Amino acid sequence: MVADNNSNKLNRDRLLWSCRRGMLELDLLLKDFIYKGYETLELDDQKAFSDLLDYPDAVLFDLLMGKSITADQGIASVVKKIRTIATSTTA
Amino acid sequence: MTIKIRKFDTLIIGAGGGGLRAALQLARADAKVAVVSKVFPTRSHTVAAQGGLNAALANVSPDNWHFHMFDTVKGSDYLGDQDAIEYMCRSAPKVVYELDHFGVPFSRREDGNIYQRAFGGQSQDYGGEQASRTCAAADRTGHAILHTLYQQNIAAKTHFFDEYFAIDLIKDEEGYILGAIALEIETGEPIIIEAKTTLIATGGAGQLFRTCTNALINTGDGMAMALRAGIPLQDMEFFQFHPTGIAGKGMLITEGVRGEGGYLVNVDGERFMERYAPRAKDLASRDIVSRAIAIEIREGRGCGPDKDHVFLKVDHIGADIIKKRLPGIRDLAMTFAHIDPIESAIPVYPTAHYTMGGIPTNRQGQVVVPEMEGPEEPVPGLYAAGECACVSVHGANRLGGNSLLDILVFGRAAANHIISHLEANRYHRQMDMDSVEKSLTRLARWDKKGEGESVPELRTEFRKVMEDHCGVFREHSVLEKGLEKVKVLRQRLQNARLKDHSKIFNTARIEAMELENLMDVGIATVASALARTESRGAHSRMDYTERDDTNWLKHSLYFESGRLDYKPVRLKPITVDPFPLKPRVY
Ligand SMILES: Cc1cc2nc3c(=O)[nH]c(=O)nc-3n(C[C@H](O)[C@H](O)[C@H](O)COP(=O)(O)OP(=O)(O)OC[C@H]3O[C@@H](n4cnc5c(N)ncnc54)[C@H](O)[C@@H]3O)c2cc1C
Repeated sequence: MVADNNSNKLNRDRLLWSCRRGMLELDLLLKDFIYKGYETLELDDQKAFSDLLDYPDAVLFDLLMGKSITADQGIASVVKKIRTIATSTTA
Repeated sequence: MTIKIRKFDTLIIGAGGGGLRAALQLARADAKVAVVSKVFPTRSHTVAAQGGLNAALANVSPDNWHFHMFDTVKGSDYLGDQDAIEYMCRSAPKVVYELDHFGVPFSRREDGNIYQRAFGGQSQDYGGEQASRTCAAADRTGHAILHTLYQQNIAAKTHFFDEYFAIDLIKDEEGYILGAIALEIETGEPIIIEAKTTLIATGGAGQLFRTCTNALINTGDGMAMALRAGIPLQDMEFFQFHPTGIAGKGMLITEGVRGEGGYLVNVDGERFMERYAPRAKDLASRDIVSRAIAIEIREGRGCGPDKDHVFLKVDHIGADIIKKRLPGIRDLAMTFAHIDPIESAIPVYPTAHYTMGGIPTNRQGQVVVPEMEGPEEPVPGLYAAGECACVSVHGANRLGGNSLLDILVFGRAAANHIISHLEANRYHRQMDMDSVEKSLTRLARWDKKGEGESVPELRTEFRKVMEDHCGVFREHSVLEKGLEKVKVLRQRLQNARLKDHSKIFNTARIEAMELENLMDVGIATVASALARTESRGAHSRMDYTERDDTNWLKHSLYFESGRLDYKPVRLKPITVDPFPLKPRVY
């Protein structure tokens, strides 16, 4: 259990640093999602989120701001969740 | 304790456009180059630049580098160094063609030439018609430049230390810079990166202010490292603000929205710009609109429960036009302000955008400090380029499209100087372990356990103080109080403790060190702003509303001790006549 918690924390810390991006918009959307949505994701979606973080910033920006869509179902599903959390949070 | 050491000819701290352009020049000249970046290189802030970069190619309108130089000198409110500006404007076409050859996909005209768009502050014929001077790769210029330079560096065998956080420069007793200490973020282990020459290219410090357009990584680390190494920071009082950022968040709501008929209102629903600029109203220049917003809020006419923003009203334009012409802005507002501009107004506040000041350099990128011999003596082994440096081509105010140009021109120039330095200095100097110890002690300070202040809370408080006391509304008493408050916060940071003492990916520790850097740069900013009793470019004082060339046509230099010094502006270009001082009116 302790080991599990440790590896969860480590995974989260690693992801948090990967959410540091070159654009403020991405910083805020991704960091928020780690705290508010990531933990509740199924394993497949967690994997998709991690794959999403490998996208270049400009591509990520267009996806998350709804300027482009992706054919990859897994990625599309996480993008939708990130957007839902972003638009529903109180300002 | 043992500590890993790696040796290189040149260490470059920062993998934005400035760092990568320099690295490429060096790697192609067969120098052994290392680039350290706290985030993966292509996640550097340069990706955020969408607009483009200026170069007088004359592909769209008649143009030459001298027109570009005139605009830059005027834009700088005459605080820019005219030799550096001449050098930049003359080099601009070459830098663009080089990028083109490296593979940057510039947008083209039908005749195959690079397309150039019109951008504010650019003119033909010394203040005449609007010039089209800005080269862009669609709306992804920064992204295209960064990715291309990164690929070219990989091909040229530049060594990358990805996700390493540079802590401090290493300096020996004679003042030579010998490289830097960095922390591998993944393992939490420090490493010495020894180098014959070190280039700082760590970008700007927009995170100083609560509302800013800059990514979280822009914490002025390189500037603070320089301060700690005894190097002053130049012209830190000059920070560019954009009038309309989403309140409390910072993202830009472009002028285009006001161009389409959007206007600002205060809590009474009054269209207040009519009072400040009866003719231009909401389309008055950026500094006028920014100050008007700040005054409305200070005088109690702000909106929201904390009365801390005003509204940008667009709903009257109509849903169709908003959907057709402002879809990006609508999406930004819905995502970050949680309102649909078709129905409600967007909460806005002036947002910090660009750091004009920085580490003083000459036009070869050498870091220069005042010494007995003169005001600009090179620090041996140390260079700086990009937004962290102050060369100074932007003076008191940067023009759009000139900063991508700055980072590329001076990244390249610094590399060329380094190449000649390396030819004459073939060996590493002896490592200075005292200097290493000092910075390891700074690092170890965050291992202290027990109760203490919280770093995130101090960070929030600090950024609010900077915004309230050193933002767009500046006058003696406001700045003086600000300086006191920031110093107290810096003291309180000494008593902060981390809860997480793990080594691996301990982001809390990195954020604590970033806050130390931010606060040091913040103190430099407020102190320089308090001292400068005039209004020039982006530094506008309510109590000294005019530019004062008799007393203030000089660069400020802030030292870590709190001392301020000044040095003359270089008014003499390299080959042409100086542009004489004139009021800056558009
Ligand atoms: C929203 C926005 C739009 C813009 N648009 C334009 C435009 O259209 N045209 C234009 O000319 N300019 C524009 N600018 C300005 C321009 O983008 C920047 O001035 C420029 O990209 C800065 O480049 P740089 O190489 O100096 O630094 P950056 O790109 O900021 O890179 C800094 C590097 O330093 C590294 N670093 C920092 N601290 C450390 C540390 N302690 N240890 C290790 N590494 C570290 C970072 O990881 C990063 O790799 C814009 C700015 C913003 C905010």
